[in-house]
Amino acid sequence: MTPLVVIKDLDKSFPGVKALKKARFELLPGEVHALMGENGAGKSTLMKVLAGIYRKDAGEICIEGVALDIPSPRAAQDLGISIIHQELNLMNDLTAAQNIFIGREPKRFGGLLLDEEALNRAAAEIFERMHLKLDPRVEVGQLTVAKQQMIEIAKALSFKSRVLIMDEPTAALNNAEIGELFSIIRKLRAQGVGIVYISHKMDELKEISDRVTVMRDGEYVGTVPTAAASVDTIISMMVGRSLTEEKTEVPDLSSHDVVLEVRNLRRSNVIQDVSFKLRKGEILGFAGLMGAGRTEVARAIFGADPLDGGEILIRGRPVTIRSPQDAVRLGIGYLSEDRKRFGLATGMDVAANIVMPCLGRFLSMNMFLKKRAIREMARSCIRQLRIKTPSDAQEVRFLSGGNQQKIVIAKWLARDCEILFFDEPTRGIDVGAKNEIYKLLNTLAAEGRAIVMISSELPEILRMSHRIAVMCEGRLTGELLAERATQEDIMRLATQRHSLTTTTANAATEGSTT
Amino acid sequence: MTTIAEKEAQTVIKSAAFSQGAWQKILAFASLIALMAVFSVASENFLQPDNLIGILQATAVNGVLAVAATFVIITGGIDLSVGTLMTFCAVIAGVFLTYWGLPMPVGIVAAIAAGALCGSVSGTLIAKMKIPPFIATLGMMMLLKGLALVISGTRPIYFNDTPSFPLISQESLIGSILPFLPIPNGVLILFMVAIASSFVLTRTAFGRYTFALGSNEEAVRLSGVNTDFWKIIVYTVSGGICGIAGLIIASRLNSAQPALGQGYELDAIAAVVIGGTSLSGGRGTILGTIIGALIISVLTNGLRILSVAQEWQTVVTGVIIILAVYADILRRKA
Repeated sequence: MTPLVVIKDLDKSFPGVKALKKARFELLPGEVHALMGENGAGKSTLMKVLAGIYRKDAGEICIEGVALDIPSPRAAQDLGISIIHQELNLMNDLTAAQNIFIGREPKRFGGLLLDEEALNRAAAEIFERMHLKLDPRVEVGQLTVAKQQMIEIAKALSFKSRVLIMDEPTAALNNAEIGELFSIIRKLRAQGVGIVYISHKMDELKEISDRVTVMRDGEYVGTVPTAAASVDTIISMMVGRSLTEEKTEVPDLSSHDVVLEVRNLRRSNVIQDVSFKLRKGEILGFAGLMGAGRTEVARAIFGADPLDGGEILIRGRPVTIRSPQDAVRLGIGYLSEDRKRFGLATGMDVAANIVMPCLGRFLSMNMFLKKRAIREMARSCIRQLRIKTPSDAQEVRFLSGGNQQKIVIAKWLARDCEILFFDEPTRGIDVGAKNEIYKLLNTLAAEGRAIVMISSELPEILRMSHRIAVMCEGRLTGELLAERATQEDIMRLATQRHSLTTTTANAATEGSTT
Repeated sequence: MTTIAEKEAQTVIKSAAFSQGAWQKILAFASLIALMAVFSVASENFLQPDNLIGILQATAVNGVLAVAATFVIITGGIDLSVGTLMTFCAVIAGVFLTYWGLPMPVGIVAAIAAGALCGSVSGTLIAKMKIPPFIATLGMMMLLKGLALVISGTRPIYFNDTPSFPLISQESLIGSILPFLPIPNGVLILFMVAIASSFVLTRTAFGRYTFALGSNEEAVRLSGVNTDFWKIIVYTVSGGICGIAGLIIASRLNSAQPALGQGYELDAIAAVVIGGTSLSGGRGTILGTIIGALIISVLTNGLRILSVAQEWQTVVTGVIIILAVYADILRRKA
């Protein structure tokens, strides 16, 4: 069988970073090939070269045995190579069908007019093949992230792709949606499509992939059949060392002060009557499905979104938080789930980003920047968090996702916040960096900071939290003590719809406050 | 081992930074030199000291306005009102000095304060009322043009009662100390404004926030920075600098000409863009802007010396703007 894709000795550099060093990869027809590696290992870069987004510096790409140059995304499409990015690239104001056929719209009257009907029909056919119930005329901006992802896949299918690259496709999907995605992947595999699957989630890889290729620091480490490789083997290939997963011990916090108390928080129907307490040194996990309102609660407390009602008490004193500025002054930090949009000024350098929330501390005469002190602060954060960057003057956009996330954390460490909201702190981050971030969270808690950790990954919630709050449809449906909680308990609360909540939630809350 | 790697990395970064920021400046500077070389070969009058001083003199107003526009453009905004705001400030100076007969320092302060006040209005419209900068400053441009005409009764206000007023731009402080370097005060003011602005942009928290706003405003807001406040300050500072431009032009003409001003904003924006400041915000330098303003003046002056018709001068300036931005795009790709 001729491989669909063979990549040999591929090099690619960016200013200050050598992203790929003699990288290798092979994809067979009808195969799901997982590509793994820590953040900055070069997975996304390698695939972007294959998809014509980046030009290679050196090396060879063979498509079905023919050595080719792929100069543009268009050329890749013509070769039947499609990529679905981690960040979706859809035009929110156009309909689903218009998005799928952008640039290839069916025409009427000798190409003068668009044929909307044919467009919608063609899109509907693709949806049908995917068993997706969706109106092709719906505006993409109105859809959930999961549905938008499905449209990206539909778009790729419409190109009759032979090679489909998926970069972290399940990052924003819940379990049911992941199931749908996998059934589509299996159908495509049966049709002989080769699929490159980039993900950090081991259980998913075990379930869906045939082979795994591991990369580290831009280099090829090895390829193994998934069935024969244990998770530990893959992890040790990725990090070059073996990791131990251990459950945090839950300290006795009953004597600690309550630093944050929230009473009856309300905002239209996204936040409905949410109350909770957070103690010094505590990690409170916020679990729930996508859209349960967890991010909204964090943003509202942080002053990023307005509230309709409710009380916020910090160290027992009622406070008014009208803007993030107020929140930061009160010692609250918020690490957004979407670091590129909300967390970083990616065109600025590492040092500028780190001191952004606390620039006031680095001024002489309240005005002039103390450049040396800023660099020292940045350097100490780079050392402490082991951020991989050539220097503190590197622009953040050139760093990998995990290192960018560390810079967002560094921002709030530099600010010395007492209450920290971590919104999906390990999204899109590999196992090694995840562990570092877990350790960091534990250290922060041990130092006496109070932490709210929002996460959609149940093992993460169970492993890290001292106490778990579960939300569903804007309401807090229950609180659980971490030692006794199971994934099933959390899922039950996370799917508890309104009619059922009142009694059970109260029971759960009572149980946990003791 | 690590130190070697670090050093290597740092040199890479330095060269990267060099190709990022300095390249455009060098390119712009090289085109400036090339232009001057071409004109000095084409006409022996071009390199005459009087002509060179004339070029600088002609750059003073547009240069100061371009510096004002640079602040706003770095935040990712745009200010279409700089030209008519300049005129408005000149008229305010006229009101204070000629109508009311107040001492000159009062007039100077009033003109700059009027500029800052108008800037803060634009800033408030944009930051608090969320009106897009293009629209808000378009409105301000027309509003100020009208106000300047209303206040002055559509007639020029002369500064005949304030004999020292022309000194602001025309005399040469440098020339009185160094007779061989008779650089007019207007040009001196331009350089002082440029140096101060450059310092403010690179060394102060205000400057840092200016760049940060253009880079990712939402991330800055979520860092607990009062973005609305800083945005208003950016427009206020920009407006104050327009007030300085108003003083220079009024001093040079020894009058406030209320009908003047429209069209200046586009020259200023052109200088900023030629100087390599990104219209999408987040990057830019004052030095680039000054070089951009000089390129425009050299071009206008050189073509006039070569007796090229005024209409064609405008055509050439248009081509230069497009070429400058295209060069910037090519450089970014490389």
